[in-house]
Amino acid sequence: MADISVKESAPKWKFPFKIKIENRVDNPPKWLSPVLSLSAVVIALLIGALVIWIAGADPWAAYSHIAKYSLGSWGVISDTMVKAIPLMLVGLACSIAFRMKLWNIGAEGQFFLGAFGASMVVLLPVLPMEAPKWQFILVTAGFGMFFGALWGFIPGFLKARYNVNEIISTLMMNYIAIEWNNYFIYGVWSESGFQMSRMFQRNAWLPRLSDLAKSWPFFGGLTTHFGLVFAIVAAVILWWVLSKSRWGYEIKLIGDNPRAAEYAGISIKKNIVLVMIVSGALAGLAGASEITGVVHRLQGAISPGYGYTGIIIAWLAKLNPLAVILASILFGALILAGREVQPSGIPTLIQGLIMVFLIASDFFYRNQVRITRKVED
Amino acid sequence: MDIEKSTDELVVQMRSVTKRFPGVIANSEVDFDLRKGEVHALLGENGAGKSTLMNVLAGLYKAEAGSISVHGKPVNFGSPREAIEAGIGMVHQHFMLVPSQSVTENILLGLDEPRFIMRLPEYNQKVAEVAEQYGLHVDPDAKIWQLSVGEQQRVEILKMLYRGADVLIMDEPTAVLAPGEIDELFNTLRSMTDQGKSIVFISHKLHEVMEISDRVTVLQKGRITSSGLNTKDVSRADLARLMVGREVIFRVEKTEVQIGDVVLDVKDLEALNDKGIKSLNGVSLNVREGEIVGLAGVAGNGQNELAEALVGLREAIEGSIIVNNQDVTNKPVKLGIRHGISLIPADRAKVGTAPNLSVTDNVIMKNYDQKPIARGWQVNKKEAGIYATELKDNYDIIVPTIDTSVRLLSGGNLQKVILAREISSEPKFMVAVQPTRGLDVGAIEGVQKLLLSQRESGAAVLLISEELEELLSLSDRIYVIYEGEIMGEIDDGDIDKIGQMMTGTPLEQIGKEGVN
Repeated sequence: MADISVKESAPKWKFPFKIKIENRVDNPPKWLSPVLSLSAVVIALLIGALVIWIAGADPWAAYSHIAKYSLGSWGVISDTMVKAIPLMLVGLACSIAFRMKLWNIGAEGQFFLGAFGASMVVLLPVLPMEAPKWQFILVTAGFGMFFGALWGFIPGFLKARYNVNEIISTLMMNYIAIEWNNYFIYGVWSESGFQMSRMFQRNAWLPRLSDLAKSWPFFGGLTTHFGLVFAIVAAVILWWVLSKSRWGYEIKLIGDNPRAAEYAGISIKKNIVLVMIVSGALAGLAGASEITGVVHRLQGAISPGYGYTGIIIAWLAKLNPLAVILASILFGALILAGREVQPSGIPTLIQGLIMVFLIASDFFYRNQVRITRKVED
Repeated sequence: MDIEKSTDELVVQMRSVTKRFPGVIANSEVDFDLRKGEVHALLGENGAGKSTLMNVLAGLYKAEAGSISVHGKPVNFGSPREAIEAGIGMVHQHFMLVPSQSVTENILLGLDEPRFIMRLPEYNQKVAEVAEQYGLHVDPDAKIWQLSVGEQQRVEILKMLYRGADVLIMDEPTAVLAPGEIDELFNTLRSMTDQGKSIVFISHKLHEVMEISDRVTVLQKGRITSSGLNTKDVSRADLARLMVGREVIFRVEKTEVQIGDVVLDVKDLEALNDKGIKSLNGVSLNVREGEIVGLAGVAGNGQNELAEALVGLREAIEGSIIVNNQDVTNKPVKLGIRHGISLIPADRAKVGTAPNLSVTDNVIMKNYDQKPIARGWQVNKKEAGIYATELKDNYDIIVPTIDTSVRLLSGGNLQKVILAREISSEPKFMVAVQPTRGLDVGAIEGVQKLLLSQRESGAAVLLISEELEELLSLSDRIYVIYEGEIMGEIDDGDIDKIGQMMTGTPLEQIGKEGVN
């Protein structure tokens, strides 16, 4: 390659450093990955600040408002958690699929089907009206997971059997899921013509912290619900499966080199279907817990795009289930308090920027940038 | 005989062309002449430098040294487009066609005419005329995906003719064709030379070279071993010798080993390749305990398919594979692994290892679900680490830590990872495909020693290689495969016979005259 250097006659001053980009020849240090994730968030926030400033507002005021109204008191922390719960479960759903390089973009649809499954328990009804609360918790969660899993199984099976691209099939099935729910909202379970079902009876609701207010007044008014337990238990189990279990090893091997996995005697088709089922079940659980913990009825617009935000969260957490919890809380805060700053606009912008910088940061994971002083020659 | 024709009859003249790739000399001072109206075969083993030489002529590569003249005028092509303008067109082994577009659209692609509106009917007519002229039967209106491989090849030829090529380079054109299509191709080639076109025919198949070419040039390891021989003056055996060469074979220390029972018994095995063409055509062979059996053959004659079928990675459509009296035909790969079948794959990075995973994760690939590395549903990380460290020490794998990703390892070390994993499973039968390809001398010796140690410990080894030297020095017997059939079996290391079998003469016919 020709050297595009300044001609001899040009002024003598030269940039005193040389920037060299080369492929990494050894494993990147362990701290690099979280640092890159954090940097992506910080840069996204800085650009967000710039946009706010250009728009003529005070970015500092905006951000401190977000911080205050998402993490400033127990009340709002609890509200942030409510937003974070479905994100955690959906983020986990994406993480397991992405570990195998299976691009499940259908968490949104699986979420809707999970909501449908949980509603069915109450509205069909599967359980009698006055069944005890613990039965409702288990059965609604189970139905939610089953329907979510079904919605994951279909594209998984199509991919394994007919090599149908899962990105397209999962994405398209999101629309089917939304319309499927609409059929029941507008028709079958509509409450006297309104576009929603009847309110679930109290014993079908997931317990909330405020339910404990009688014994511990401190919890009064806190809306964080039992879904948090689902999410944390799921995260810990998934972490164990992915990092300790034989199945986790198989997923890792297939994700890195499917041909090597096949050569080692691991069935790729079987694992595609299994991973899609588990991924779907997790997203379905998110839908079920949202319906029984927050909305308490089946209606439209139950998700401000949780399924898609889950994709960003999975990447931000570098597909680590425990880190998904932290990333979800961050996004929960953004969604909750961001809406106070501006209904969409900036908060969505920041989410998008985080995703872009995360993908771009991969460059630093693969390459090494060395800055050296130029030697006069 | 009119060997000395005037130079204006020479369409192409290449003089002392040298082409280097990092670490290899692909062509070293090669001379090549092409006369008007001839089919000139370029013969040589895989990696001999045939395609490289022609890629230089077609403007894809630039030679480091040497000169090329076309029709007596010196040229220096910077791109295939310039070569085409000088009348030189190449039909590659892998077609470069757009499947969803029609024949005419593909032919017009990249041309200046038509400029804006496609005017397809008019150009369909033109394409049909050119096709008619050379007897290339293809419907100009058909979409590429609807065509057979043979028809697609005709489109590629047509593309070059339409651009006015009068020199046509065919890179292994018969490799993708069925026998009937080969005859048709040969007819086309003859009708083109009758009309004054000149053809370079790259091949490693002797019988085809004998049938179609007027003259033949043989390359071996980047050098010319014979230049411009008249095909009718040479015999197949001569060509085989020129192609394979005779070299001093250094013998590896081999101890006497008691040969035991048959471990691998393959009968009438048939299998398809990835394109669905039959690439194993009734292969029968056996390997016994304490034996290394070589499988010689030019690449692409079914060796990979055989290796894959033996371990269960490829479906056998006919025949049987017996290992230690167990029928493992079309059984899951895992079952084969449990029965002590092991494979050293040809592609170390794409099949043999998972590049971004650690050395540990790579060495436990086949026993992660066995005790002691498996503990219930878990992978016992501690045991895995101990196991990996043990292999790293025993096999002298040079790597900073066992947690290093294997993509950072050198070829030799990567192969050691694979060998360590495969050998430590104590296989009863091992298939090794090109185990030393691309390694340096020291690493080659190490790999060969490991294979011999397998033989001494009583395993049955099938060694698939294109390196005759290696096969001769390691193997107790050698089978030769050609177009998915076993041509014969040799146990005295007769390199002449191997050479002839590699180019398609069955053992029983060798020595009988009139084979040509």
